[in-house]
Amino acid sequence: MAYTEEELKKELETKEYEYGFYTDIESDTFPNGLNEEIVIAISKKKEEPEWMTLWRLESFKIWKEMVEPEWANVKYKKPDFQAISYYSAPNKKPKYDSLDEVDPELLDTFKKLGISLDEQKKLAGVAVDIVMDSVSVATTFKKTLAEKGIIFCSISEAIKEHSELVKKYIGSVVPQKDNFYAALNSAVFSDGSFCYIPKGVRCPMELSTYFRINQAGTGQFERTLVIADEGSYVSYLEGCTAPSRDENQLHAAVVELIALDDAEIKYSTVQNWFPGNKEGKGGVFNFVTKRGLCEKNAKISWTQVETGSAVTWKYPSCILKGDNSIGEFYSIAVTNNYQQADTGTKMIHLGKNTKSTIISKGISAGKSQNSYRGLVQVNSRADNARNFSQCDSLLMGNECGAHTFPYIEVKNKTAQIEHEATTSKIGEDQIFYCNQRGINTEKAIALIVNGFSKEVLNKLPMEFAVEAQKLLEISLEGSVG
Amino acid sequence: MLKINNLHARVEDKEILKGINLTVNAGEVHAIMGPNGSGKSTLAAVIAGKEEFEVTEGEVFLEGENLEDTSPEDRAHKGIFLSFQYPVEIPGVSVTNFMKTAINESRKAKGLEDMPAKDMLKLIREKSEMLEIDRKFLSRSLNEGFSGGEKKRNEIFQMAMLEPKLAILDETDSGLDIDALRIVANGVNKLKSKDNAVIVITHYQRLLEYIVPDFVHVLHNGKIVKSGTKDLALELEEKGYDWLKQETVI
Ligand SMILES: Nc1ncnc2c1ncn2[C@@H]1O[C@H](COP(=O)(O)OP(=O)(O)OP(=O)(O)O)[C@@H](O)[C@H]1O
Ligand SMILES: [Mg+2]
Repeated sequence: MAYTEEELKKELETKEYEYGFYTDIESDTFPNGLNEEIVIAISKKKEEPEWMTLWRLESFKIWKEMVEPEWANVKYKKPDFQAISYYSAPNKKPKYDSLDEVDPELLDTFKKLGISLDEQKKLAGVAVDIVMDSVSVATTFKKTLAEKGIIFCSISEAIKEHSELVKKYIGSVVPQKDNFYAALNSAVFSDGSFCYIPKGVRCPMELSTYFRINQAGTGQFERTLVIADEGSYVSYLEGCTAPSRDENQLHAAVVELIALDDAEIKYSTVQNWFPGNKEGKGGVFNFVTKRGLCEKNAKISWTQVETGSAVTWKYPSCILKGDNSIGEFYSIAVTNNYQQADTGTKMIHLGKNTKSTIISKGISAGKSQNSYRGLVQVNSRADNARNFSQCDSLLMGNECGAHTFPYIEVKNKTAQIEHEATTSKIGEDQIFYCNQRGINTEKAIALIVNGFSKEVLNKLPMEFAVEAQKLLEISLEGSVG
Repeated sequence: MLKINNLHARVEDKEILKGINLTVNAGEVHAIMGPNGSGKSTLAAVIAGKEEFEVTEGEVFLEGENLEDTSPEDRAHKGIFLSFQYPVEIPGVSVTNFMKTAINESRKAKGLEDMPAKDMLKLIREKSEMLEIDRKFLSRSLNEGFSGGEKKRNEIFQMAMLEPKLAILDETDSGLDIDALRIVANGVNKLKSKDNAVIVITHYQRLLEYIVPDFVHVLHNGKIVKSGTKDLALELEEKGYDWLKQETVI
């Protein structure tokens, strides 16, 4: 039976699906600190094959030799890497006994996002009293994918069950030594997703980490590997619009995408980590390495909406290795209060007739700093490479900052590179115009921001776009007096 | 409908409105004329509640209610509409989306549900046909790249959608070609009823041939220096403002 996304959604609405996906593992946390024993212990805990253990150890060795990068336009107190516990199994003990104990501000946000009560409980870490059996949904979901030969599971499962694929591709796009955080992730990653689409297969539904079986929340060091075999297509959704609070301050994920000949990968992210409070206290540091490799005629699109984190450092990139391959980057980054974001992309043109498009929308409010950093590199063999970049910044108030750092390195005379940048401010006249039509200031800002971000929002899968829109509104609430 | 008593308003240190008195009853059309910089747009903005202008004296009543503490959006909900002399661009927001938001916000303020999409589409079709607006136009970003005349016609489209009690048209005629002027004026006339009122701010007699005013006022230097019937507009067209300016100086 073909199972459409629509049908699946319906079924999910009627069944309390999420809880059934959860497998209980006794709480189990490693002591703080990082050394070879810890790396080996993580690998052992996850029952990994030996090659994986060795790969982790190699990564650890590389990491030890590296220093944390300084060049991003962000300031923060460096994490103490010996003060972190590198393994913590999903804890079955709930944090709270009822919703009454949860921060009302958080609940308020849940409400605005239209998250169901039960889901609110789950997200806030409240004990869930009804555990529904949704195995059937999960099974149907898995079955549809399996019929097409699609593999979608946790990275840990993949390391055991699909060892040869993982072994072939892990680290092939983001090598262990790529950067400080990538090396750290390679040594200690404990969770993440794996996805493989076989030759010529169009994945019939949006793959979302949300649906993944046996996955309890996002790990601190996530590792994602997506492989689209020749001529295949997949749209992958990462993240969740619900605000994620986490006692882990540092998050360093690695995402690797491989699009083989004629394949296409759409990777959409909505990120809403806790940004810290209005005074800039707390909040997550989000240091992410995301990179995709395009073979011949392949295409990778990154679309992201970033509203969270205290500090974000993130540059989803494309290596356009094959001739005629295409890389796209569509991004909205919102910063408010004391948030700092340094995001952007790298488009590396290696093949002939390669094309890249970069649309970056930065929105800054409060006392935040929002930087775009982009590199377009055209190598000597990349004849007729083309790039179009557009970086727009929208400022709200006088205390925030927007910065654009476009780097262009061209080693081939046939390249065509276009770069456009604009900075605008939400004007009082715009607000008054909206007010006069009966639209209050808060709503007016949301409208203006949505208009500003439209080109990127349009790239998101419909359902995600609606949520992302709401999220933008919420993140900017109260940002103009 | 509208009653303005001895209204004084300033921006920063500059007094712009210096004691305006004006009464507009339901069913009436008032024209306000006057030289550049005399304070016409300022008066319109103050009625609409623009906070940039500080009201230092006097008050504005809408249907007997003092608007002193009423926000611009609430004034809009109460039925005040301003067709801007210089409509503002909002990139990426379509005319349709903007109107949908405006209508639903007003409904929300009145405790009503959002207007069903079907009704909204019907309303849009009806009003755009009345004003001879191509519906493709409505999916463009609000005022972005609109020609001068298109902006003005779009303002009247919004007015038609919102069906205000009191509409203030600030130089809606400037920028309109001859045909457009007729279409827009006809639109305004169709919306007119014994329950609503219109204030037209204009420099030209021509518009007043279509939208016939019951009263004409001349604003000069922040004050209404002369009021009359539609004949006053004709007289102004002929003589200009100098004779009035001199009268006030003396
Ligand atoms: N924000 C402001 N700051 C300083 N001066 C202002 C401001 N707004 C209006 N003014 C001044 O107030 C006076 C009246 O302006 P207003 O726009 O009301 O004139 P108007 O009668 O509408 O003129 P026009 O016929 O040219 O449209 C002008 O001298 C104008 O320069
Ligand atoms: Mg004016």
